[in-house]
Amino acid sequence: MLTKLSPTLKTFMTLGYGFLYLPILTLIIFSFNSSRQVTVWQGFSTKWYRSLLQDEVLIKSAWVSLQVATFSASAAVVFGTLAAVVLVRLGRFKGRSFFGILTTAPLVMPEVITGLALLLLFVGLEQIIGWPKGRGILTITIAHITLCMTYVTILVRGRLSDMDRSLEEAALDLGARPLKVFMAITLPLISPALISGWLLAFALSLDDLVIASFVAGPGSSTLPMVIFSSIRFGISPQINALATIIITGVAIGVMVAGWLIHRKKY
Amino acid sequence: MNKVLRKVQSSFTSPFWAIIVPYGWLLLFFLIPFLIVLKISFSDLKLGLPPYSPLTEWVEQGVLVIKLNFTNYSFIGTDALYLFTYLDSLIIAIIGTLGCLCIGYPMAYGIAKTDPPLRIVLLMMVILPFWTSFLLRVYAWIGILSPHGFLNTALIKIGLITTPLTLIDTTFATILGIIYCYLPFMILPLFASLEKIDHSLVEAAYDLGARPFQAFLRVIWPLSMPGVIAGSMLVLIPAVGEFVIPELLGGSQTLMIGKVIWNEFFTNRDWPVASALAVLMLIFLIIPIAIFQRLQERQVRFLDAD
Repeated sequence: MLTKLSPTLKTFMTLGYGFLYLPILTLIIFSFNSSRQVTVWQGFSTKWYRSLLQDEVLIKSAWVSLQVATFSASAAVVFGTLAAVVLVRLGRFKGRSFFGILTTAPLVMPEVITGLALLLLFVGLEQIIGWPKGRGILTITIAHITLCMTYVTILVRGRLSDMDRSLEEAALDLGARPLKVFMAITLPLISPALISGWLLAFALSLDDLVIASFVAGPGSSTLPMVIFSSIRFGISPQINALATIIITGVAIGVMVAGWLIHRKKY
Repeated sequence: MNKVLRKVQSSFTSPFWAIIVPYGWLLLFFLIPFLIVLKISFSDLKLGLPPYSPLTEWVEQGVLVIKLNFTNYSFIGTDALYLFTYLDSLIIAIIGTLGCLCIGYPMAYGIAKTDPPLRIVLLMMVILPFWTSFLLRVYAWIGILSPHGFLNTALIKIGLITTPLTLIDTTFATILGIIYCYLPFMILPLFASLEKIDHSLVEAAYDLGARPFQAFLRVIWPLSMPGVIAGSMLVLIPAVGEFVIPELLGGSQTLMIGKVIWNEFFTNRDWPVASALAVLMLIFLIIPIAIFQRLQERQVRFLDAD
């Protein structure tokens, strides 16, 4: 356990984790502050949570974000898994290495460039073929699928490579069709990667400000876009309350996912 | 009839669809958009929507003329402000990356040396902030660094300073924000490569009389190099193009290229110049991206090889 670590290393780790968590802790503590001043404590109150529930713009944008995140995470899991299966199982085909680069490139591309590029594509497409009509939830979803499927591909690829292939081979030897083998053997075995991929994609989509700002249209502001414009006006305890809700939700989600993934391993 | 049905069925189960769906998607929504950016970076600014002139024109007699307009690039080249912005972005991102490495390496090393039940908890604690909203984590630092924020209040109470320090709206705050937000991206690949190190190699170094520092420098550090490079690229590349952090923490004195592209696009509505800036940024980043891709491919090939 920790006793193996030298005191210096322990100090470093304590400071490191302190650095990661203290700012988040200040957000949570001051969401319960009764004063409008975010940095001076004046007593416990939950009024900022109540005012959050009455903020219609915020609630509407949260709804937009949840819709976009659900759709794009689900589509990203399908596309990302297909891409991973192609890369790991189909062996060599023409253009494989190019495909490999294409599937990891969105991961390292600066968001400003991806957002700008996708907007220019949507504008161009609308001019030429008349689709997509304007910009909104659809264009944000398409952009997020592109971004998120990369992460899913990496997770599923790792899982597929670790997997024991003999089960698939046995099923094939017993006369099962490839699709049947994929559905009955491969999918259940890679399901932990699918679950964590879906959750990661969902979180990424929910979190994205830059790409969404480029490809969103009027009336389709996502939650980060609304938060961003209110932060620009200065700090407000209402945002702290929202942060607390998001952080709590994510913490529960990560713990459940972590438990699901690791419960068999150790 | 049966034959047709079987043919239709087999076409659905063939690997063709497995390739064409994700491949087609990425071609349409990732590769082609970049070609469009490239194209628009060579066109003129025009009033109206879209605010750029077409690159190709059909002149009489059916000749396709491609006008390459380099004015956007020469405009960027002659304005020293853009050059400084690129340099500043790179310097800020490099300092941020080194900061992440200095804080992240001991943490990753400590996690790798811890035994499984606690190790998973420690790892999850690194991943957790990465899952929470990026924007809200940057926001937290506004409350800490502002003139009447926690840090200044605490320093005044201790008696170290009497008047609040200017911490927010500085390049320092931007670098701090980058280190804070990208730390998990550094720790995870570092941990992955540190975890794989065969401990008997370190013991052999000790047996041969190496002191801890020597053993680290000669054995552990070289063996963790893939993690160091992967982590550094994962921090450096997005940090160069960062928009949110310099916008919220950097104030007007911090110029970063992501912010400039954003402003050219949204405030000045100059799409061609924004596109040209994006193309130049990509050229800047092509070397780190290529290093990262090669590393990634090598690692995955090692995995795929069974």
